[in-house]
Amino acid sequence: MRTQWSPSAAPVTPLSPLHPDDRHPCALGPMDPLRRSPSPCTSRPPSPRTPPCEMLGHVGIEAVLEQLKIKAMKMGFEFNIMVVGQSGLGKSTMVNTLFKSKMWKSTLPGLGVPMPQTLQLQSVTHIIEENSVKLKLTVTDTPGFGDQINNDKCWDPILGYINGQYERYLQEEILITRQRHIPDTRVHCCVYFVPPTGHCLRPLDIEFLQRLCRTVNVVPVIARADSLTIEEREAFRRRIQHDLRAHCIEVYPQKCFDEDISDRILNSKIRDRIPFAVVGADQEHLVNGRCVLGRKTKWGIIEVENMAHCEFPLLRDLLIRSHLQDLKDITHNVHYENYRVFRLNQSHALPRGPGWVNLAPAPADLTATPGPWKVRWQAHDSSDEEC
Amino acid sequence: MAVAVGRPSNEELRNLSLSGHVGFDSLPDQLVNKSTSQGFCFNILCVGETGIGKSTLMDTLFNTKFESDPATHNEPGVRLKARSYELQESNVRLKLTIVDTVGFGDQINKDDSYKPIVEYIDAQFEAYLQEELKIKRSLFNYHDTRIHACLYFIAPTGHSLKSLDLVTMKKLDSKVNIIPIIAKADTIAKNELHKFKSKIMSELVSNGVQIYQFPTDEETVAEINATMSVHLPFAVVGSTEEVKIGNKMAKARQYPWGVVQVENENHCDFVKLREMLIRVNMEDLREQTHSRHYELYRRCKLEEMGFKDTDPDSKPFSLQETYEAKRNEFLGELQKKEEEMRQMFVMRVKEKEAELKEAEKELHEKFDLLKRTHQEEKKKVEDKKKELEEEVNNFQKKKAAAQLLQSQAQQSGAQQTKKDKDKKK
Repeated sequence: MRTQWSPSAAPVTPLSPLHPDDRHPCALGPMDPLRRSPSPCTSRPPSPRTPPCEMLGHVGIEAVLEQLKIKAMKMGFEFNIMVVGQSGLGKSTMVNTLFKSKMWKSTLPGLGVPMPQTLQLQSVTHIIEENSVKLKLTVTDTPGFGDQINNDKCWDPILGYINGQYERYLQEEILITRQRHIPDTRVHCCVYFVPPTGHCLRPLDIEFLQRLCRTVNVVPVIARADSLTIEEREAFRRRIQHDLRAHCIEVYPQKCFDEDISDRILNSKIRDRIPFAVVGADQEHLVNGRCVLGRKTKWGIIEVENMAHCEFPLLRDLLIRSHLQDLKDITHNVHYENYRVFRLNQSHALPRGPGWVNLAPAPADLTATPGPWKVRWQAHDSSDEEC
Repeated sequence: MAVAVGRPSNEELRNLSLSGHVGFDSLPDQLVNKSTSQGFCFNILCVGETGIGKSTLMDTLFNTKFESDPATHNEPGVRLKARSYELQESNVRLKLTIVDTVGFGDQINKDDSYKPIVEYIDAQFEAYLQEELKIKRSLFNYHDTRIHACLYFIAPTGHSLKSLDLVTMKKLDSKVNIIPIIAKADTIAKNELHKFKSKIMSELVSNGVQIYQFPTDEETVAEINATMSVHLPFAVVGSTEEVKIGNKMAKARQYPWGVVQVENENHCDFVKLREMLIRVNMEDLREQTHSRHYELYRRCKLEEMGFKDTDPDSKPFSLQETYEAKRNEFLGELQKKEEEMRQMFVMRVKEKEAELKEAEKELHEKFDLLKRTHQEEKKKVEDKKKELEEEVNNFQKKKAAAQLLQSQAQQSGAQQTKKDKDKKK
């Protein structure tokens, strides 16, 4: 088998998944190449010292991919997701639907569960396994968000929590004797539930999104979308997109992290549909002889996994099936690095020496946001507009 | 606004059963896709005497001809030559760096032979550490130059390890994954080879040299790793020339008494080496380098600089205290230096001032002197002028007197002639 040498590390063409048997049925709707996950790293062109080599015959380098996979599966994966939104928007139900299990009891309104008086963050961790792939999933809920009369600074506890996780990781990372595998509790994705008013983003939404999209990957969704017709959904979506652009809010997938053309095309399709109009349900009903998850109403059954009814499959595919690794990578390479730079600068690092730094005591108020992204990857195509 | 984070303790981490297909089993594929587009780095260090077959083995391993000219035996010391290549096989891109020890074992005094090697390895770790400690760092596209595997070429004497080998391996075993191999194995007969191998392994064990252990904790690779470990050190033969065997071409070395086939497991262990190094354990080698050797280096380096974390409870705290202490110390030093410099500066200024003052004084004196001289001269000139004027006056007087006398004389003369005339009449 003659192998070819490519003369330069050109932008990578979309790779097909390694296993010929695709076990995961993707919702191949309007966005079929959702499977490919964009990568954050550019490959560097070979330095002048690296001469081209033509390999004759099979060496076996590609076995390293298999080795990588085995190691990853042995170690297990971690994923931390946070859901933010007012109560009653179906956050808990959505989480249950996403992971097809009872993460926690979804609260039905009016069942005597007292409304929390203050914003509390609740985390729940589960280990789920599918096809010998272990995933340690942590879901953080924010009951009480936006429920008070005066919602001023209601984002502070959330920011504090997110930054607190970064702080934890940073402390682990700067130890002298550190663990082989630092437990990753950083929030990889924050799903923001927008109430289906049908008009446009409320000031609370805008304030929150502005602050949070600099610290964490934010995916806004239109909650309870079954109260809007298809046309209303589209109009609402366009208005939200307009609002986001007007306020320079970059939600995931961020435009500035697109690696190359194929990434951009893929992500543009996703960006076109953000925010997804979703419906959550964790009860099964019989429809046409099939058992589907859905909400039963007097005028029909809203099937959650039906693309014609709502866009839940798109959300699921984005979060889990295609962009999960990318979410983690962006959190690690961009958001965490930004936080780290911010903290190290705060400590007035020693000017010289071998580069080791003095960390000032962690600030009591962890709500300071580092500001616009300071760490940027070099995109091949530098024709993206910046806010 | 009070914030309470309800987080269950770790014991409550329970396994949840899924009631349907969620889809995160594509995670390994996502991860692999990402790594594939990033490309892989692999760095091999070949340690062995000149002419033992390092370059040929590399060519054979990777099925390609790396451009390099053979080294001479006249090197004054050991130096390391690193060459990088980009290889691609199907969709995997590998940045391979091969580091060669040029001149190893050629010197008369080989005491310091291991030093350049250790320095090189440490330098790579240091570079990575520097990058990791930077404030604005970019680890995700950092070109990793740390050595992942060290192939130690043992000369095929058939007896035992040389003392140079033992010393070098001992110095390297805590820094890099060592895989010992017997080079030019076609010069050893089969029964001798077996004895040679066991002698080498027992010597390594008795001297406490930690060579790389193929991992046996993973079910998929445990078996093959265990069977292969028995054959350590691998006796390899390298060749890039192809010889016709049967009806196909194979890499081999042709002798008058027969053909040594490189990929024949009965002839040499080359296939085993390739399996172990590349096809089975490449990722493990990289991981061991990062999580064991690099961490050890990092720990030692940081402790050397005076940082330590004490007991686990007060980890962050004591670290900060150490930081503060170090920082204050440094600031104190800075201040002292500043003081010193300031004092020196002041002193210099004073000196300069004194000098200048002196010079000024001198100047003044000179000026005075000049002035006086000038005045004296002026006076002299005036005196002379006066004298001259007097002389001129005198002269004028004399002249006037003379003229008067002359005119008188003329008058009297004229009168006399007039008188004479009168008389004559």
